Formats: sequence, C-alpha cells, structure tokens
Amino acid sequence: MSAPMTNAPVRNTKVMNRFDLTSRLVAKLEHEEAVVGGIGNTNFDLWATGQRPQNFYMLGSMGLAFPIALGVALAQPKRRVVALEGDGSLLMQLGCLTTIATLAPDNLVMIVMDNGIYQITGSQPTPARHADIVAIAIGCGIARSSWAADEEDFERLVDQAFESAGPTLIAARIDDKPGVGATRRDPVQIRERFMQGLGVRQPL
Amino acid sequence: MTAEGNPALATTNEESWHGIVLRTLRRNEVRLVPYVPDRVLTPLIAGLHADPYFSTFATAREEEAVGILSGAWMGGARGAMLMQTSGFATLANVLASLVVPCQIPLVMFVSERGTLGEFNYGQSLVCRTMRPVLDSLAMEHHTMTRLDELEFTVDRSIKQAVATQAPVALILSPLLTGGKVFEK
Repeated sequence: MSAPMTNAPVRNTKVMNRFDLTSRLVAKLEHEEAVVGGIGNTNFDLWATGQRPQNFYMLGSMGLAFPIALGVALAQPKRRVVALEGDGSLLMQLGCLTTIATLAPDNLVMIVMDNGIYQITGSQPTPARHADIVAIAIGCGIARSSWAADEEDFERLVDQAFESAGPTLIAARIDDKPGVGATRRDPVQIRERFMQGLGVRQPL
Repeated sequence: MTAEGNPALATTNEESWHGIVLRTLRRNEVRLVPYVPDRVLTPLIAGLHADPYFSTFATAREEEAVGILSGAWMGGARGAMLMQTSGFATLANVLASLVVPCQIPLVMFVSERGTLGEFNYGQSLVCRTMRPVLDSLAMEHHTMTRLDELEFTVDRSIKQAVATQAPVALILSPLLTGGKVFEK
C-alpha cells in the first residue's frame, strides 16, 4: 500500500481505516440521513455498521454513488444525504463533480475513501497515484472539499458538513484492508427498504 | 435547412413534437430532466429551461443522469432523461446493474441519430447497437415517428413505467423530428 502513496502530493493526513471511519459517520446519524454506499468495499463496510433503512447499497454501476445521492438530495432537499465512494470508483465518473458543483445542493455530503488501489480486484494501483482528489473537487467548483487529517478531524468535518449548507466533500486516506461485511445482494429488497426508509413507500 | 425538409421547423397550426413532449411530462409530474444535449433536442431543452416547473440541467455523461434519476425516484421524485443514440450506447452496464435489477422506472428519450439520412458512419453503426441492447434486457421501447401518436405513446409509456416499475426508452425518430441533416 505504500507504493501508490509515495508519489502522491505531500499531505499531512493519517492513513485510516474505512470501517472505522464508516462507523464514526454512522454513529453521528440522528436525523434519518440517507447514506448511499458505492460498489464493493464502501457498501460492505456500510452494511457491517448495521442495516439502517435509510442506507442504499449499490450492486454495480461503478462510480454512481455520488449521482445517486445527488438524485436523492434533489428529491428530498430537507434530508441530509451522504455518499460513500472509493477513489477508484470516483475516477469512473469524475464529471459528476462538475454537475454537483453547478447544482450545489445544500444537503449533500460526499466522502471519498482513498487507498490508491483497486483493493477488491487484487489491490492494483489506480491510475490516480499522482492525483489529489480534494484538489480535483475544488477545481470542479466544490469549494468545501477537505482532506481529513485523522479520525478526530474526520468527525469534525462531518459535523461541520451536517451543520452548514452546501455540498461538502471529505476525502480520507485509508489502508488496504478489505471491507468487513458482505452486503446481501437483493436489489429489489434493498431499493424497496430504502424507499420505505425515506418515507416514500409504506410496507405492503 | 428549409422548413420543407424538416418537419420540426414546419410552420403549421399543429403543435410541435417538443411542445407535446413537454406538456406530457408536466401532465405526468415529471419535473427532473437531466440531459446530454443533441442538436435535435435543442428546442425541447430550451422549452424545459424556460419553464420553471421543470428542473433541467446538463450532466457530463448519460450514465450520471441515470444515477441521478434512480436516486430521485427512490427519494420520491419523477424524472426523464434526454440523450442521443451514441449516449444510449454508453448505458448497458448501468441499465443491467442498477435500473433493471432495482426496478427503477427510468424514462429515457433518445434522439435517434444514425438512420434516415445519417452522414456520419460512426453514428450509423452505433445506432444499430441500440435496439439489440434494449431487447437483450427485455426493456420496453417505442420508436416515435408520428406527431398524432406522440402524446399517446409518451403519456401511456410514463404511466406504464411507473405502474410496472420498469424502464422505457422513447426513441425520437427523424420522421418525427426531422433529424439532423448534413450541411456544408
């Protein structure tokens, strides 16, 4: 895991753990915030923190966690919406950052778990080893984009994002550990339960 | 281009195709309309932007618009997306891994390039992939060629998509829109 990091710009950021950060985030959710987990490890770790009805777990469509969360945020402007995405996934759909910057939804919080690798396919380095996700997001027009320096800073940034208006992006350097859970891949149930969790549908 | 060559620009008392689409979207409470633009779609896009009922905006990729509309549907808002044929060709993965398995009633308007006078060989080839992809996923699709059938097709297709929780592709034929023709 050290190799892809050595060429990255100097950042005073601690290498953290995805499941730990996801747990810290979920512990702060007190207002039925929606959470969209990207494919693979981001949604596995979200699953492992407990299956809130306001969680949506993606099946495929790599790179669409932010666009899906944007859609939820536009449909329900009073609800905070959090998206968890990996750096490799975000690379598939970098353009969405420009759309989000333009629409500037007040209630969208984007979290990027950056380990510089495609952990789930065998830890191959991503082509973004020289890239800085936060600089990219700022360059796309998302002014409130920051690296989390450590776990406490991550929590502070999440609190800040929940307390103020405007789209926020928080990036965290993470280790090369796999996700700790395994999402039950039942897309219809996941979608239906999410809609019920958002108050759009009632159970049959 | 002359008006005679392009039914979309014809000056008659008939309502334009884009006016009918816009009115039918509104009637079905379809407010969120992301798009990747196309020359043929320009009057529809302009009409959507001019009407405060709609929330309409460009996305960087068609796939992104599918993600946005899927999230919006789950959050209780109806939408439809606009794109051209080549844009549809980028969607096989997201249709197969999000829209169809999650039963999202995605409404897609596809401006059909690549046929009936196409001048770009690449466009005509990519066009041939569209219906086989739709058919391979058993997705409902209609090719709209006539102004007098347009409102019925759009209105019923949106209602069916919502009622059956299944996506639909509404293909805007050059026979309806006039298409895009080669100009020096």
